Amino acid sequence: MKSIGKSIWRKEAWDKVTAIAKYTDDLPATGVLSARLLTSTHAHAKIKKIDVSKALAVPGVKSVLTGKDCPVLFGPLLQDRPALARDVVRYAGEPVALVVAQGEAAAEKAVRLIEVEYEPLPFVLTPSQALAEGAVLVHGRPDGYRKTVTDVYPEAGTNIASRYKIRKGNVEEAFARCEAIVHERFSLPPSDHLAMEVRAARAEISPEGRVLITTSSQAPYSVRKQISEAFMIPAGQIQVRVPFVGGGFGGKVPVFLEILAFLASRSVGGKSVRLSLPREQDMASAPCRIGLEADIKLGADREGIIRAAQMTFRLDCGAYTDNSPYMAKAVAVDCTSPYHIENLNCDSLCVYTNHTYATSFRSFAHESYTFCVERAIDMLARRCGIDPLEMRLKNAIRPGSLTPTRVMCTGSLTGNLTECLKKVKALSKWEGGKAVKIKEDTVRAKGVACLWKTPNPPTDAASGALITFNPDGSVNLNTGAVEMGSGGQTNLAQILAEKLGMDPGMVHVVMDVDTRTAPEYWKTAASLTEYMVGRAVMRAADDALGQLRQNGAQALGCPPEEIEVANGRVFSKKNPEKFIAFKDIVQGYKTDAGLSIGEPVLGRGGFMLKGLSKLDPEAGKGKTGPSWTLGAQVVEVEASLKTFTYRIISASTVMDVGKVINPELMRSVIAGGMSMGVSLASREAFVYDQKGIPQTPNLRTYKLLHIGQEPDYRVDFVETPEEGSPYGVRSYTEHGIIGIPAALANALSAAFGREILSLPLTPERIWRAVKEDTDDSL
Amino acid sequence: MIPCDVVYYRPGTLMEAYEAYRLLQIEGKKPLYYAGGSEIITMSRAGSIRPSAIVDIKRIPECMLLSANDEGLHIGSACTLNQIKESRLFPLLGSSCGRIADHTNQCRITLGGNLCGTIIYRETSLPLLLSDARVSLFGSQGMRTVPFQSVFHGRMRLKPSEVVVQIHVPGWALKAPFFHVKHTTNEKIDYPLVSAAALWKDGNMRIAFSGLCSYPFRSSKIEAVLNDWSMPVSARVDKAAELLPEEPYSDVEGSGEYRLFVLKNMLHALLEDYTNGKI
Amino acid sequence: MVRYEGKTVITLNVNGQPHEVMVRPADLLLDVLREQLGLTGAKPGCKNGDCGACTVIIDGWPAKSCLVLAVEAEGHVILTVEGLEGKAPIQKSFVKDNAFQCGYCTSGFLMVCHALQMQHPDMPEEHVIEEWLQSNICRCTSYQEIRRAVHGMYNNKGL
Repeated sequence: MKSIGKSIWRKEAWDKVTAIAKYTDDLPATGVLSARLLTSTHAHAKIKKIDVSKALAVPGVKSVLTGKDCPVLFGPLLQDRPALARDVVRYAGEPVALVVAQGEAAAEKAVRLIEVEYEPLPFVLTPSQALAEGAVLVHGRPDGYRKTVTDVYPEAGTNIASRYKIRKGNVEEAFARCEAIVHERFSLPPSDHLAMEVRAARAEISPEGRVLITTSSQAPYSVRKQISEAFMIPAGQIQVRVPFVGGGFGGKVPVFLEILAFLASRSVGGKSVRLSLPREQDMASAPCRIGLEADIKLGADREGIIRAAQMTFRLDCGAYTDNSPYMAKAVAVDCTSPYHIENLNCDSLCVYTNHTYATSFRSFAHESYTFCVERAIDMLARRCGIDPLEMRLKNAIRPGSLTPTRVMCTGSLTGNLTECLKKVKALSKWEGGKAVKIKEDTVRAKGVACLWKTPNPPTDAASGALITFNPDGSVNLNTGAVEMGSGGQTNLAQILAEKLGMDPGMVHVVMDVDTRTAPEYWKTAASLTEYMVGRAVMRAADDALGQLRQNGAQALGCPPEEIEVANGRVFSKKNPEKFIAFKDIVQGYKTDAGLSIGEPVLGRGGFMLKGLSKLDPEAGKGKTGPSWTLGAQVVEVEASLKTFTYRIISASTVMDVGKVINPELMRSVIAGGMSMGVSLASREAFVYDQKGIPQTPNLRTYKLLHIGQEPDYRVDFVETPEEGSPYGVRSYTEHGIIGIPAALANALSAAFGREILSLPLTPERIWRAVKEDTDDSL
Repeated sequence: MIPCDVVYYRPGTLMEAYEAYRLLQIEGKKPLYYAGGSEIITMSRAGSIRPSAIVDIKRIPECMLLSANDEGLHIGSACTLNQIKESRLFPLLGSSCGRIADHTNQCRITLGGNLCGTIIYRETSLPLLLSDARVSLFGSQGMRTVPFQSVFHGRMRLKPSEVVVQIHVPGWALKAPFFHVKHTTNEKIDYPLVSAAALWKDGNMRIAFSGLCSYPFRSSKIEAVLNDWSMPVSARVDKAAELLPEEPYSDVEGSGEYRLFVLKNMLHALLEDYTNGKI
Repeated sequence: MVRYEGKTVITLNVNGQPHEVMVRPADLLLDVLREQLGLTGAKPGCKNGDCGACTVIIDGWPAKSCLVLAVEAEGHVILTVEGLEGKAPIQKSFVKDNAFQCGYCTSGFLMVCHALQMQHPDMPEEHVIEEWLQSNICRCTSYQEIRRAVHGMYNNKGL
């Protein structure tokens, strides 16, 4: 292979180190009006009155919008969310009013002059509270909202936005035969994506009604669709542009700011309006990561084979559903982690609370449920007296196993976990993982966790690719994939270069997405770019190759089957010395005599997912994603038994990526995911006060990992090709995070000799847990 | 973006600065002396303060001085934390400066700003409380120089319109044995759970804390206990932890109970290091 | 005594050129660089001095331009990522060592690294590198790549 397997630099690398790469809010601001939001100061309250008169009087203010200006409700699955709160606010930070003004300063001055009178209501801040008898309802009639899909099931008179069930085998019988059983409750607080670029959007409407939206979004085609449907504007009248995106991690999938920017522009006669959230609002008002509570019961036989599992997951989706119901579904689909468990009951609930609403976050809730399940497996291993890594090897899913939703595993479909575990054992120098004393009051310990994930796209998700050629024989690749750092554009360039037999340096990738010119791609999410857009690229390349062969056959005077395309040349297999360079044939061919031959080459390819199904509501049978990616991870810590502080020494991941396209790029993206997992598990959390007000919506008090605390990251690969995917590559970009919180908690549980059941793993929380244990035993 | 309208003054002399400030106050404006500006800018953006005028003291020569002579060290109030650290003239203060905010911000934040700010930690005050430092203030009577401890009680207690000009540290303190440590929740760049500075004079330890209570303090009672070598280390630590001037501070960074736990571990380490000759 | 009230024209020395800009005294250097001079390399990430994405170099030292008023920057020498013109060793190092993903924090990190090299022409101890770089946050990489790039900047100086 010439291109696949090479560590080429990112295609956009020089643009990014010279600031030529432009992000949404980098576009010129001259003549553009600014919008600012006023947000709720209550977790749950009736809006009695909003007085905007003082705000309107501020010089430069053009308009002030409130909930009454937009009666439409939004949501990708369940339409439960107003653009601006109407009559009631359901979380602290919820948008209440929007000011449009000349200049941000005038807009902000006006925002501070809006007077809102609230009547506080009772509120619920955890799924348990929300599900308790007599809990206040976040939404009066969740079942009354319009559904845009059939498989979301809000329950009347409750805070349950949806529920998914898995029923497999006979759990009760199986537990009765188990030798060892663990039953624990786990919890993880909500946290944030914290892409370094805050969300930003611009909108303008031309006099004849054409809408132009420029936005920092992972889902430009969803923006077009939702704006079109909500405001009854033909989709062709809407153009959405996405320049470089400064990190998404799932947080820029929802259509949120674009709606507000559109409303803002509409309120000022279509003038261009920019809305860029201050970091505090980006954290408290824009969607965040789910919180999770889980009850996990696992049972194993004498040999350590897991025979039964009973699981209940309660996802805290906050005040609005966005795509959280599908996260509840995704948790159910993969709930066992990559282990074969014959008898399984799982209930996965999506629960409303008065938190900031949640959305997809890197790995679509897998990092959260994996923490619970992989912790429980460690506890079960301890109870069985088995090395936790051996326990995982014994139960590893393998060809012939059934997944929770009863999909039959094959190497191509799921990959090779056993190989990943064996490799990570060596990579991490596992040696049992038990705590080893290295000096007075200081131990080292390791923890292991496995990961797997199948995506949950709509069953008809589609992608496309267009290829055009330049006079120098180089090629332009245009797809609907957003460049947000996950490296998809570079991988696609390598896939295309390999297929066309040319140097990847000769592939130019269009980095921006414009819904007018780029073929539609569902959304840049679920790590599906290499698979879905990659398949479209392969087809577009085949299309172009066919045309090149036609041109070549005519120019060289031989049948098209005899034509070969490689090294930027077209030639006959029979006589490779006689060739035509790409540059002379991609726009058709001209003989020395001036005769024109063939046609200009334009490659096009499209791809739509096939063979996926919804889950049946009773037993949860079905296939929701095209394939799985799995892997194994180990974290090593050095912990002080005296101060309960710790240092993460190393973190290892071995992932079955199917095929390594770009070793360094893949390594770095996986390591980045691991780093996010370390940060999430060790320090990140939204902290709410007793009134439900977020206490840490800024980068000073919300902790993120800085340089200097990073462990030694070790990444290695297993390559079990996925049939039908370009060169066998699997989804891999988000997966690095999945097992890290669990592996870290397993390591710390071993180090401190105390089972850790919740995140984040701050020294104070560990100290408190150990202290309470000690106090109890006294 | 700061929405409010601010008038900016950049005086070249102390008298100009003082006069501008005083006149603004008389006019009923809300002026602030401005040095590094990080706190004033962030709080203005957030809307928690709305100064109508700022008086930038960074071009007043007296406020920019950083020099040592026979009497000791003189530090202008507009010297940055990074300048103080890089000068290596007062290692304990340099160590404190090196753990406030982050390095880039240390190139901005000034000694005067850290002492006079509203953020409760004011960690540069600890070395000054321990070293018999004096402070020069410019106000209605011109310049006055007083013991730092006489005007710093948790925060600076200044007369109206008065501006901090310089800090003076006696020579002995610059070379004295010292100890400094800052414990945080678990991220290095963070506010302190407990930050402690200790300085030894004539074999006696002086110690001051930040983060432990709602204001920084030095306690003679705690010093007396810690210097009492007739008691074993753990007894001294336990006793000292009972002598805080108020309940330990509690917030999202850490509970008061946990801060006490951190304090005790820290005092243990400190006393053991001292006993073992590591300080 | 300098006194500015309302909109005022001042001159800023940016990337070796004097630039006249019209500012309110409360305008941040970050906003003036981006919106008046079109120098969008400095990014707003928090506007609270916490993330470092807006870092520029003032008189040879790193500065978060969200914590500097434009009027204060008068008379100082300001360097932004655009002023590096793609020639600074750290830019090549960042490309080679894959020291970014989304690229949003990159300009800020580059300016801290470049200032580090200005103040420490020879590679300082590791803890100094860490201290300087802890002023910035990267959400995408594992930081290992950034650390490697800084080492590369020093080790490949002659290239």
